[in-house]
Amino acid sequence: MNAQSKIDTAGAERPPRERLVVIGNGMAGCRAVEEVLARDAGRYAVTIFGAEPRVNYNRIMLSPVLAGEKTFDEIVINDADWYAAHAITLVAGDPVVQIDRAAKLVTAQSGRIEPYDRLLIATGSDPFIIPVPGHDLPGVVTFRDLDDVDRMLAAAEKGGDAVVIGGGLLGLEAAHGLSLRGMKVTVIHLMPTLMERQLDEAAGWLLRQELERRGQTILTGANTKAILSADGHVAGIELEDGTRIRADIVVMAVGIKPSTALAKLAGIVCERGIVVDDNMVTSDPDILAVGECVQHRGACYGLVAPLWDMCRSLAGFLTDEANGYSGSVTSTKLKVSGIDLFSAGDFSGGDGAEDIVMRDAARGIYKRVVVKDDRVIGAVLYGDTADGNWYFDLLKKGEDIAPIREGLIFGQAFANGGALADPNSAVAALSDDAEICGCNGVSKGQVVGCINAGAHSLDAVRSTCKASASCGSCTGLVESLLAFTLGGAVESGPQTMCKCTSFTHDDVRRNIVDKQLRHMPQVMQELHWTTPDGCSSCRPALNYYLLCAWPGEYLDDQASRYVNERLHANIQKDGTYSVVPRMWGGITSPRELRAIADVVEKYDAPMVKVTGGQRLDIFGIKKEDLPAVWADLNAAGMVSGHAYGKALRTVKTCVGSEWCRFGTQDSTGLGVKIERMSWGSWMPHKFKIAVSGCPRNCAEATIKDFGVICVDSGYELHVGGNGGIRVRVTDLLCKVETEDQAMEMCAAFIQLYREDAHYLERTAPWLERKGLDWIKGQLFDDPEAVKRLARRFHFAQSFSQDDPWAARAAGDRRDLHSHMAEVRPLHVEYGQAEYAK
Amino acid sequence: MIGTWLDIGPTTQIEPGSARTLPVAGGEEIAVFHTMRGEFYALVNKCPHKGGPLSQGIVHGDSVSCPLHNWRISLRSGEALGEDKGCTPTIPLKVDSGRIFLLREAVVA
Repeated sequence: MNAQSKIDTAGAERPPRERLVVIGNGMAGCRAVEEVLARDAGRYAVTIFGAEPRVNYNRIMLSPVLAGEKTFDEIVINDADWYAAHAITLVAGDPVVQIDRAAKLVTAQSGRIEPYDRLLIATGSDPFIIPVPGHDLPGVVTFRDLDDVDRMLAAAEKGGDAVVIGGGLLGLEAAHGLSLRGMKVTVIHLMPTLMERQLDEAAGWLLRQELERRGQTILTGANTKAILSADGHVAGIELEDGTRIRADIVVMAVGIKPSTALAKLAGIVCERGIVVDDNMVTSDPDILAVGECVQHRGACYGLVAPLWDMCRSLAGFLTDEANGYSGSVTSTKLKVSGIDLFSAGDFSGGDGAEDIVMRDAARGIYKRVVVKDDRVIGAVLYGDTADGNWYFDLLKKGEDIAPIREGLIFGQAFANGGALADPNSAVAALSDDAEICGCNGVSKGQVVGCINAGAHSLDAVRSTCKASASCGSCTGLVESLLAFTLGGAVESGPQTMCKCTSFTHDDVRRNIVDKQLRHMPQVMQELHWTTPDGCSSCRPALNYYLLCAWPGEYLDDQASRYVNERLHANIQKDGTYSVVPRMWGGITSPRELRAIADVVEKYDAPMVKVTGGQRLDIFGIKKEDLPAVWADLNAAGMVSGHAYGKALRTVKTCVGSEWCRFGTQDSTGLGVKIERMSWGSWMPHKFKIAVSGCPRNCAEATIKDFGVICVDSGYELHVGGNGGIRVRVTDLLCKVETEDQAMEMCAAFIQLYREDAHYLERTAPWLERKGLDWIKGQLFDDPEAVKRLARRFHFAQSFSQDDPWAARAAGDRRDLHSHMAEVRPLHVEYGQAEYAK
Repeated sequence: MIGTWLDIGPTTQIEPGSARTLPVAGGEEIAVFHTMRGEFYALVNKCPHKGGPLSQGIVHGDSVSCPLHNWRISLRSGEALGEDKGCTPTIPLKVDSGRIFLLREAVVA
């Protein structure tokens, strides 16, 4: 196209230059003009319309302005002199309201009309407002321009409470600023992880912990229902779950959307954004668009870096040196002082994608680089972002990282260090007095000395010089020292918990208690998990260990529960469930039997069977029917039988002295009491109890985890038995004289097992691994030990004896029991339940 | 992707790290997954091994472990991972404006 021939001759004076009108005085609009001027300064007469009554400033630096770390003058990009020097007409504070494409004119709010030869739309984006009641109250602000910052500063001057809706980049920066300005800030985030688009769970958790340490309240998985008012001003918010939070100001920072209204009005093709080609030209060949308002090859960008690339392509086209834009790979850094956080590319995993993870708990560092086909495709860094740009560079260039892969995670300096890329060589290069184990102050020389003296396994090193025997974070270093000192002669150590960690079950359990680890992502971070969110082996185990360590405090993670424990029923091979109501001590009544019979008929259960544990098992129930079945059973006074759980299953009894001519004690009565005491408790594995009224042992107490055999003089207590593939008969633990003593010993033994055994380890293998003497020692060496253990068990039980069926029957977690929707031949039937918090 | 997209409801219906089911009249039941990372996938709700309901498995990374025999299935490809061999059909899915869409042709196939 010959631009010279297009000079408008309708004007009074014949303009010497083509007229370029820019709508938007923001970063994109001005940068585009700068790029054009740099290529051909004399070609265009430029007019810029801006909605804000000020010169062009760096919008991404508004956060430091809010935080008081910068002034407005410091973030101005182009001052008034720049406009003057380039003969640019700036029309500030007068937004364009209409584009007349036929006449090639724009009209501003004031009525001012400006003709154009080329028009550039750089309207940016609008903040997304959640349309909840009260969203338009005074005191509800967005975080987009300097006026918003002024409004926030005015509110902060008065102090008080601020609520920020949105835990993304912008929301957290607003929260940080308001917090520094002295407000008490609560962040409300819909998703479970902060900045979930940029961070994985592990990094999100570290960030959350740091923000909470700084005094912010972070509520994730929180959905805002309404904004509350008092005297016509915002006064707080209400969440879906009914929680109310006081607020003097509410900042809505839930996202942005391309600002397309003006373009749409003019009939320019828009989808999510204004659709542009590789030269940033819209559906009208004389109108271009750039920045956050555009949609290029299906993508809209909300970050600054792509904007520079777009402006270069646009300016190239406007000066007849087109070099098409082909999209951008983006990276993110959070602008909160003291928090180093970097994220780039795709780190969602996927086929053939491998994670390289490094965690340094002591320094609060988490690094994850995602590699696919020997190329870096994504990176998340927290705590140490020095190599962020290097990873981003490798990513953008698609460089083959195979030669430096071993040392990649340690960063550029290390990876490019040649020989050092081999971790063993890196350890070899350490001096003899370099500290290996910080907890026990063990140097490299001491570790090597003890290896040379015969400690040829990790365990042997731990038990001799104590290196890696405490927190275990130097385990990798010690293993490298073993490999480097012994060559191939390293003896393999105890099995780790799973492939996600180099720690054993014992290490993990000990660390949870010693280091006061209270959340799963925290355990994974502190103990250097090599996967972002664990696997189906370690998640249930960690969930149990945390539940056991912090009763009443740790929030059970349903996503880490096996299906049976999540649905409180036993899954069968056809995907239906079986339901076992509790029958205390194996005793039932006509009312219970009627209720069970009614359920079997009402829900068409194909089978009802007596179990080995003296219960009735109803088969073939669909997951959708479970809550209704439970409601019916609850109505007859029955609660969950936990036949599905790594938990107390049943207490089996014989009829004892009440009926049996051989009975020596009230075995049924004791069985009922023990079951009332211990039901609902979560265990490392299933746990079965029986009470037999005499040594004939009709209740088979000697193949149970805990068995009582009544004798004339009292009660023999047996432990560590099971049926199953490898039958094991119990060992006699002790003999006691009263029921109360038997109950206390039962509680103490259960608690010892709960606190010490590995997840999915029954008492039989646990007892064989630890030895009966060890167990007796734990219980009897200290005369107070039994009491203490029993007390801890009862404390834990005070939180776990709620019938899980009752809550579900009352409507809790309906999402777990209903379909999300159904596809019928002609339409989709929608489900409703949102997931609970 | 050529075809029509079927709106099956809002993303807020599925808790991260879990799945929900979608029965199809005259077709296979579908499991819709929401990973911890916030991604959504749809697969036929059947393990290639013994037909276990994958929707009830533990979701970790972008895979799910079948609740019946612990086979690990990729949510992206439907392929069994590790030593096991087998594949569950996947259904093209997209998320737009907070709602989940499945490709109708694949749903009713």
